[in-house]
Amino acid sequence: MLAYPMRSKGVFHNLPAGITEIGTTFTQGDWKTRISYVILGFGPICRGQILKRAMFLASEMAFAVYMVNFGWKYLSKFTTLGTVATQKINRKTVYGDNSFLILLFGLLTIVLIAGMVLIWRMNIAENRREEEMLKAGKDLPSNRSFAASFLDGNFDKTLLALPCAGIFVFTVLPILFMICVAFTNYDASHQSPTNLFTWVGTENFKNLFSFGRSGFGGTFLTVLVWTLVWAFFATFIDYFLGLLVAMVINKKGLRFKKLWRTILVMTIAVPQFVSLLYVMKMFANDGLVNGYLMKWKVIGSPIPFWTNPALARVMIIVVNIWIGIPYMMLVATGLLMNIPEDLYESARIDGATPFQMFRYITLPYILFVTGPFLLTQFINNLNNFNVIYLLTQGKPQSMKLTGNAGYTDLLVTWLYKMTVTDTNYKMAAVIGIMVFIVTAIIFLSVYNLLPSVRDEEGFQ
Amino acid sequence: MKRKDKAASTPREQKTASMSRNRAASNAAAYVFLVLVCVIWLFPFFGLIMQSFRSYSTEYGGMVNYIVPKKFSLDNYRFLFSGRTNFLLWYKNTVIIAIVVSILQTGFVLCVSYALSRMRFRGRKTLMRSWFVLGMFPGFLTMICMYFLLKQFGLTQAGAVPGLILVYVASSGMGYYVCKGYFDTIPKALDDAARIDGATRAQIFVHLILPLSKPIIIYTALVAFMAPWCDYIFASYVAFGNDKTYNVAVAMTRWVWTNDYQGYFTRFCAGGILVAIPVTILFVCLQKYYVEGVTGGSVKG
Repeated sequence: MLAYPMRSKGVFHNLPAGITEIGTTFTQGDWKTRISYVILGFGPICRGQILKRAMFLASEMAFAVYMVNFGWKYLSKFTTLGTVATQKINRKTVYGDNSFLILLFGLLTIVLIAGMVLIWRMNIAENRREEEMLKAGKDLPSNRSFAASFLDGNFDKTLLALPCAGIFVFTVLPILFMICVAFTNYDASHQSPTNLFTWVGTENFKNLFSFGRSGFGGTFLTVLVWTLVWAFFATFIDYFLGLLVAMVINKKGLRFKKLWRTILVMTIAVPQFVSLLYVMKMFANDGLVNGYLMKWKVIGSPIPFWTNPALARVMIIVVNIWIGIPYMMLVATGLLMNIPEDLYESARIDGATPFQMFRYITLPYILFVTGPFLLTQFINNLNNFNVIYLLTQGKPQSMKLTGNAGYTDLLVTWLYKMTVTDTNYKMAAVIGIMVFIVTAIIFLSVYNLLPSVRDEEGFQ
Repeated sequence: MKRKDKAASTPREQKTASMSRNRAASNAAAYVFLVLVCVIWLFPFFGLIMQSFRSYSTEYGGMVNYIVPKKFSLDNYRFLFSGRTNFLLWYKNTVIIAIVVSILQTGFVLCVSYALSRMRFRGRKTLMRSWFVLGMFPGFLTMICMYFLLKQFGLTQAGAVPGLILVYVASSGMGYYVCKGYFDTIPKALDDAARIDGATRAQIFVHLILPLSKPIIIYTALVAFMAPWCDYIFASYVAFGNDKTYNVAVAMTRWVWTNDYQGYFTRFCAGGILVAIPVTILFVCLQKYYVEGVTGGSVKG
């Protein structure tokens, strides 16, 4: 999450220079190079670079076949997302356009075209390099050494090929798809392949911010505020309590340190669906806690731990402490050991109280070092699906909230419900974009304020 | 300080005496605090174990207002193994998914980390940046599209197990931060020396970096192994009602949410215990590596 390279030159930094290079390569190049502009890899084959040629040519041919048989069909309808509706003629279903496929494969085609342009440029650069080498009287690298370079100089390409492909298909493409869906009317009444959906511009975003009776505005605001409040408390309560527990365990002369730690990390080790569902049931109306309290006549009727909105929210934060503290404790334990003992020693000689030592030595150090960690935790908590969903599923619900939202729903659980229960894909996509915006705003505004980012050598 | 001054030493001795008394008192307070915390921490697990032994036939399988069963029985465990549910199948699915994901994901993460940590290539920063931005989108946003893609290859419902493995592994390259942070701490001089001796990048990766990275490999594999045990969202969506391809989380969550009144609660407890025990033991054994990964990852950033 945090290895964020803040400063780097963009790829398109030298775009004008690149275009001139394409031109000069053509005018100055020999006929082999010029043919390569149309038939990729033609130059390299003439110069004996069979392996490279095969790669360039194969990609060009694959691209051509894809476009003719597949890509163009979808790309041409991309602006309308299909016009021919599915009909029933004589009890037979005649399928028309499938908006889903048009959108998905249209996007894929656009990305592939961009990729092809990139390969085309690489092909030109390759031709130019080869010509220059020949002019300088050098030998071109052999096919074998080119193949071998994928284990050495080009090893990064070998390593990254599969992960990048996976990320492209299962993350990049779906996210691009959903960003587009946010600008369509894809929902339960516009399900492909039976029905078409189409572009509607920013209507869904207007809906999200409309505060009328049917608008999502009020609900969105409620959920957003609770998401932020939850993330704030979940992060900072766990942080400070975890630090406290770590300090107690780290106390000099205290025994069984390993035992205490092992007991606490049980909540990390046990799968959350087991522990959280059990705790959920423990505090249910007919659960253990209410059961005992009623048996002992402390209360007359069960405490509505999960059904009262305010109480449910408090309970979620409290239960989260149970699974959140151990994590912070582990982090803090390692850090506390790094603080030089003589700092405390000299403070003690100066007559500092334990609290003062905590306030002026421990806390500044820990805060300094864990700044990025806090930020990540906060962002993770914004998206903490498991705790909310396993404990309350976002309930209690209310007539006052639209879109099936409940009082403990986070943006992500609401997004999940919209996708799975309501099949309101367009609004799910809009909320997904909102989550992204919130995350990005928080990250960008906080990241540069972190002392450890501004000044890496600050705490020495 | 080194001067032995009689007049000064007496109050100092008094001071140390009072300090040690203070320390004993504060240590006692610390023990009380820790015992209290541990009791709270373990209570739900204690309840889970106790209720898993409550008999379905002679007592009740649902919610009751006492914790220790009147008579201990193995009814619930017997039920899980009896073949009247697909519990063993669910368990097998989860184990398969967890092991395969653990291996493949570790491989992916190691490859990406090595490339990003050790090699400088065009577009490296752009790649890291764009992955970082992608990470800001909530993961479930991809669900609809992903389901469609999997369906094309027959990897939903009946084929949910390989489908899920694909989903977990495909994007795992983006989780390289901790591992790359570790690789960054291995001195580059080692690489340079090996390169002078004629080693290729691939040889350096396999013969030099990997043997030095045992802790981070174990950490990555452990985290990857544990995640599928808890996954409800993707697992339920990809399996889509096909009982045979559920993982334990999906199957048993349903017991709690819908079938409580039929007395499935104690069965859930028993199943939960069976799931928790191996995972917990594994975790506790490898705790050291987990701590190393967690602290390293959180601080280096």
